[in-house]
Amino acid sequence: MYTAKIHVSIRKTILDPQGKAVEHSLKSLGFDSIEDTRIGKFIELKINAKSKEEAQRITEEACRKLLANPVMEDFEFRVFDEGEING
Amino acid sequence: MAEVRAGVVVFPGSNCDHDVYNVLKNIMNVNTIFLWHKSSNLENSNVIVLPGGFSFGDYLRCGAIAKFSPIMNEVIRFANKGGIVLGICNGFQVLCETGLLPGALLRNEDLKFICKTVTLKVENNKSIFTSEYRIKQEIKIPVAHGEGNYFCNDDTLTGLIGNNQILFRYVDNPNGSRDDIAGIQNLNRNVLGLMPHPERASDEILGNSEGRKLFQSVIESVIQN
Repeated sequence: MYTAKIHVSIRKTILDPQGKAVEHSLKSLGFDSIEDTRIGKFIELKINAKSKEEAQRITEEACRKLLANPVMEDFEFRVFDEGEING
Repeated sequence: MAEVRAGVVVFPGSNCDHDVYNVLKNIMNVNTIFLWHKSSNLENSNVIVLPGGFSFGDYLRCGAIAKFSPIMNEVIRFANKGGIVLGICNGFQVLCETGLLPGALLRNEDLKFICKTVTLKVENNKSIFTSEYRIKQEIKIPVAHGEGNYFCNDDTLTGLIGNNQILFRYVDNPNGSRDDIAGIQNLNRNVLGLMPHPERASDEILGNSEGRKLFQSVIESVIQN
């Protein structure tokens, strides 16, 4: 069993109003050093695959088909085997 | 003279399906049926409507899960053969997710759910969806959405403008949509997606029937074919 941890975020070139609202709030709390805030989604998949490479391929395909919309979002992910997750 | 047979697709979470059904059936006097999303049969419909609402709870992204409902395979095939498809609000989002229309709908710029009547300008009346309006006519139509901020890249926008695909623009942009876009048609001119709700402005008893001409345009185009 493999675990894929996926981050989906709005493309850097597109305004992220949610991130901007949170950034203003952080600034008002005195976090002057925080220069940019962007909000995305975190998705975790458990994958029954024969190898890590296969799990990565499945994750990539799931992202392209459903989990992210390439018109407005970017995605990145890492796949872990059980040892890496439990250890 | 062809007869109009409208099919209104119902997804779990659709909530404007009965509104548009009522307008088509009882005000426009058109044969209208509901099509459950799990069906794989359009039942001889020659106009398909994807209604407003929150299909699948808007989970993941608006319209992203509806795109994989069995009926959508048929809707895509129908559209690719030139069949008339109208997507309103959530229906517009579904059309963008399927790729039948370019671009995507993002969160409203100010993050608020906007529910009010807005003024639209008819940018092109040489379409099967707008032929009953005058060019540059201003009409008042309600919007009700949290994710209506139309986005596309520069090349797509140039194409939309160059090919006269923009049918409606907001006079006073409520949501941050690129180039004030409220509704676009595809390149083949048989698919329209718009965020405003013409079905909520089609019954005189509600005080505004300026949306009715959109349905009238579609009906005329079918009848004349």
